[in-house]
Amino acid sequence: MELYIFDGSLEGLLTAVFECYQRKSPVVKLVTATHHVPDVFDAGFRVVSDREKGKRVWKGLCKKLGKEWQFRFYKAFLSEQPETFQHLLNFARYIIDQPAGACENFAHPDILAVSQTAQKVHREKHRMEAFVRFQKTGDGIYYAHIEPDFDVLPLLPEHFQNRYADQRWIIYDLTRKYGMYYNLEKTEEIELDVAPQISVVNALPSDLLDPGEQMYTLLWQDYFKSTNIQARKNMRLHVRHVPRRYWKCLSEKQG
Amino acid sequence: MYERIREKLGILADAAKYDVSCSSSGSNRKNENKGIGDAEGTGICHTYTEDGRCVSLLKILLTNHCIYDCAFCVSRRSNDIKRAAFTVEEVVELTMNFYRRNYIEGLFLSSGIFKNADYTMERLLRIVKKLRHEERFNGYIHLKTIPGASDDLLREAGLYADRMSINLEMPTEKGLKLLAPEKSHADVKKPLKYIQNNITQFESERALIKSVPKFVPAGQSTQIVVGATPESDKEILYTANAFYQNFSLKRVYYSGYIPISNDARLPVIGSQPPLIRENRLYQADWLMRFYGFKVQEILNDIHPNLEADVDPKLSWALRNLDQFPIDINTADYYMILRVPGIGVGSALKIVQARKFNRLYESHLRKLGISFRKARHFIRYADSPMHLKEYEAGHIKGLIFSESKSKYLSNPNNQLSLF
Repeated sequence: MELYIFDGSLEGLLTAVFECYQRKSPVVKLVTATHHVPDVFDAGFRVVSDREKGKRVWKGLCKKLGKEWQFRFYKAFLSEQPETFQHLLNFARYIIDQPAGACENFAHPDILAVSQTAQKVHREKHRMEAFVRFQKTGDGIYYAHIEPDFDVLPLLPEHFQNRYADQRWIIYDLTRKYGMYYNLEKTEEIELDVAPQISVVNALPSDLLDPGEQMYTLLWQDYFKSTNIQARKNMRLHVRHVPRRYWKCLSEKQG
Repeated sequence: MYERIREKLGILADAAKYDVSCSSSGSNRKNENKGIGDAEGTGICHTYTEDGRCVSLLKILLTNHCIYDCAFCVSRRSNDIKRAAFTVEEVVELTMNFYRRNYIEGLFLSSGIFKNADYTMERLLRIVKKLRHEERFNGYIHLKTIPGASDDLLREAGLYADRMSINLEMPTEKGLKLLAPEKSHADVKKPLKYIQNNITQFESERALIKSVPKFVPAGQSTQIVVGATPESDKEILYTANAFYQNFSLKRVYYSGYIPISNDARLPVIGSQPPLIRENRLYQADWLMRFYGFKVQEILNDIHPNLEADVDPKLSWALRNLDQFPIDINTADYYMILRVPGIGVGSALKIVQARKFNRLYESHLRKLGISFRKARHFIRYADSPMHLKEYEAGHIKGLIFSESKSKYLSNPNNQLSLF
């Protein structure tokens, strides 16, 4: 077995697949540079991310995989989990080696793992589409921050752009310290300098907010309470659908 | 102003919450005019209340003033409660501001009936028109059909709403007459039919001419109250089935009756709402819509009620053991769907995966089926030899003894002392 070390990027992962064939490595263990613990006996092979090599592998995969599986591959990658990188590498090699249609073999451990991880990431993407709570700032930008388990932010702009085509908005990932800003034309990646100060609660400092903002937060909190049926109280179900780790970003859970 | 709107929202959201529909899916209204909102594709539940129900739409009444006196309804005219009414502008402002903050998918607008049906429907119509035209709102709108409103108003409303609904309330005419003598099922069927016909007509016209506008693209739904009157599950489900078939409904909702009245005809205040029964009805409804079950298979004269301790699919399987076990590696997809513990997603995965290799227990466990339940009804590549056929009661006992079901505080058939 050979040890491959890559930089954690998608390009790096795809390059690693390329190198498996180039170097004719039968079995490869893939780790990211951050997770790699140097070993005296096995220095490992350092994969140098290469756009051209990555592209060739991706093109090869696209020949065998439909749109949905291509998207699944990307979503599984965004999980940022070390074991998923390994599954993705094995998955890619299996797909390339087999005739088209092999992705339907759900009994294959790597296919199942990629599909299940992609599903987890997809679920969190969907959750973020639900749980983002914008606050209107004084200059008319709708701002929200999130702390997702997986790096789902790149998956979000399409949805929010279609929906809020006529308002400027920012969604900021506090954990990974970058955001998406839609300026009525297109969405671009941004970094905020003030980010560290706003990490505590779901609120921008009140002097940054639109004067009407407080009222709508309050009305939303009221609505959340009035629409509940006390006689049916079921906190277990509530927490299953709205896990506690997300509560700090939900304004209705602050009232 | 501030406090007044809070009070109104409190009253009118509270009065609207017994309508359980929360769906925001199934429409195809895209944001094409660079306006606001998009009602394409799957629905989104933006949050869940502490009772575990999803919040997807801003669900409010325009007013809770009502000329009717239905015993099961909080807004009945004889009930001594605070009354309120929103203005058209207030509803529009609330909807837009909630939507822009990503609190909701859209508006679910209903109303008590004040003055008369047309007057009420006309007000509702004014709100949705303002949202669509002035605010360029493309989010989801679920609009209540007011029984007795004129055809012209309904037809116009259908051009703006994504979904329309009108509630049957009680599963049988007899039950309805008992609690709401002023109403009848015929009042519900007439507008349902009218809108259904229009949906079909608009669809066939759009097949020819692309510019024909959308008409109630997410279809119609209705709601049946469960447990207020003594109907059996069979009566409820047969009614639902007939409405699915005759009116092409997208959904029938079952609402466990929450006691809100001291009326002697109804369960007393404080008695438990029939939550398990409601849950079982939804499960049976799913079996009819997604699993290819006929209503007569689930409930019939010999089995007029769903069981509380087992789900309807398991119950059906236990009554039909002669159809099992089936071989996972060869059985028809529709038969795999009928196995307790296997859902639509897993059934699809199974038929795809078995093209590549014979499936073993280890595969099945990983695919995400409830193997604990399913194993009694299936054979797979390495299934153990069975010397004898188990009978239904024995299998049920086995499943219970391994079960962690929320409905079973005592896992066995043993009786509790307390």
